[in-house]
Amino acid sequence: MKFLNHLTLGQYIPLDSFVHRLDPRCKILGVLCFMTGAFVVKDPRFFLFWGGILLACALLSKLSLGILLRGARPILLLVLFTVVLHLFFSEGTPLWSWGIFRITREGIVGASRMGLRLLFLVIFAGYLTLTTSPMELADGIESLFSPFRRFGFPAHEMAMMMTIALRFIPTLLDETDRIMKAQLARGANLEGGGILRRLRAFVPVLVPLFLIVFQRAEDLAVAMDARCYTGGKGRSRMYPLNWTVRDTGALAFSFLVLVLSFSLERGIL
Amino acid sequence: MSIEFSEVSFSYHKGTPLEKKALREISFSLAPGEWKAVVGHTGSGKSTLAQLCNALLLPEGGRIEKDSRNYADMDKRELRLLRREVGLVFQYPEQQFFAETVEEEIAFAPKNWGVSPEELPRKVREVLEKVGFPRELRSRSPFALSGGQKRRVAVASVLAGEPEYLVLDEPTTGLDAKGKRELLLLLDSLRHRGMGILHITHDLDVALSWCDKILVLHQGESVARGTPREILDHLTECPVRGLVLPPVAELSSLLRQRGVSLPLTNDIREILDFYGGSP
Repeated sequence: MKFLNHLTLGQYIPLDSFVHRLDPRCKILGVLCFMTGAFVVKDPRFFLFWGGILLACALLSKLSLGILLRGARPILLLVLFTVVLHLFFSEGTPLWSWGIFRITREGIVGASRMGLRLLFLVIFAGYLTLTTSPMELADGIESLFSPFRRFGFPAHEMAMMMTIALRFIPTLLDETDRIMKAQLARGANLEGGGILRRLRAFVPVLVPLFLIVFQRAEDLAVAMDARCYTGGKGRSRMYPLNWTVRDTGALAFSFLVLVLSFSLERGIL
Repeated sequence: MSIEFSEVSFSYHKGTPLEKKALREISFSLAPGEWKAVVGHTGSGKSTLAQLCNALLLPEGGRIEKDSRNYADMDKRELRLLRREVGLVFQYPEQQFFAETVEEEIAFAPKNWGVSPEELPRKVREVLEKVGFPRELRSRSPFALSGGQKRRVAVASVLAGEPEYLVLDEPTTGLDAKGKRELLLLLDSLRHRGMGILHITHDLDVALSWCDKILVLHQGESVARGTPREILDHLTECPVRGLVLPPVAELSSLLRQRGVSLPLTNDIREILDFYGGSP
């Protein structure tokens, strides 16, 4: 029996590949390009093109397609819901009807478009976290946001908070898993029953978890204080970000893909 | 009547690049009234083994049976029953505390197993007596106790489910010398009352001086098994990386290497006896 395993699926998988070695800033911007591109496409057929891009992404990162696709599992229900809504409640040429339900040609097109869009968005977002360690990700975001510092935007603090949050997600999931198992071993029944009963059943999991979280936060604060952490000002880096020709190339490629999907959509090509 | 592991294997993150084999073809059995230690250092698969014992994890290969019933064939109801019969005390069990008083904490398991509200106070009292917990502290918050007492309440909260077997994952970690000795004496008395105990630890000293049988794990494989004396012999012949002999055993081993014909032992009295100095 494994609890909460699916939640950790977006986690970083350390491999040595072209994509893993790219600068995090390049990956963040590139993924943004991909996500925008997947969103502007309207004709479901063009998603074949995006499927090709995804395949290329998988190959370049040495991750199996299965792992990338599994990243979409948490939102499968949402996708299904959207698809059903679009399928049954769109205006247009009816193809089939039964009572108040009817399926139209526009409905089918709209449903597949929305479903695929959502899937691609989540898969690409997952692609970023699968190939970029939380540390790199935070560094990248800090660097991308640092121009806004002059307007008082706390880029460093935000990145630090993100690093800490991301760093502790797997730890806390492990803790939760452990506490759930410990209470199961004492006969706790965490499944079944109504909402209220289920919430009550989770008290023995939540109370210890909160205690652990507070304890950890306090320990972390002391540890940071002890090492004279005072915020971002004048702080140097262990691993400075390093933008290379490869990154320029990869970003140019992503941007090209975005332009291409725009052009396909507008019928320019 | 026993718990039987036959060639049990287990992997974490199966089917992903993070896949890690935690246990390989482990076989052993645990009988009532037997105190068995599983010894190994970090990453040897000890904690995984603990969770396999009461089916919180199910093996990937091999079979685990209790009284000749395979865990894999059990339905949900039977698995729940199994978790009552095989009590599991996790590492740092005081981290699972949530109740406002010690009594309430201990009542959690029996309540879950369906003990009636009338019987509950008697059950709680019995268990607290069994583990020797001071009466006057019963209505304290479990969070306000000393380390040793916390651990004792945690063990009591599992014993309150009246298990036939008790599996403990590193039960003495983080305790001071007194707390540790008291806990070991408690386990000893439970064993004499017929409980089968699987004691998972990295502390070779505890295993050698207290347990009946020892299983040594190294990187998920069973490398040695037997009585403390046999294990001591084995470990002096071929040391396992990460397992250091306790000082007394080391001393007797070094003396033997220098030609003194005393027995290989972890018991300081045996060495004293040899020199005729036993009081």
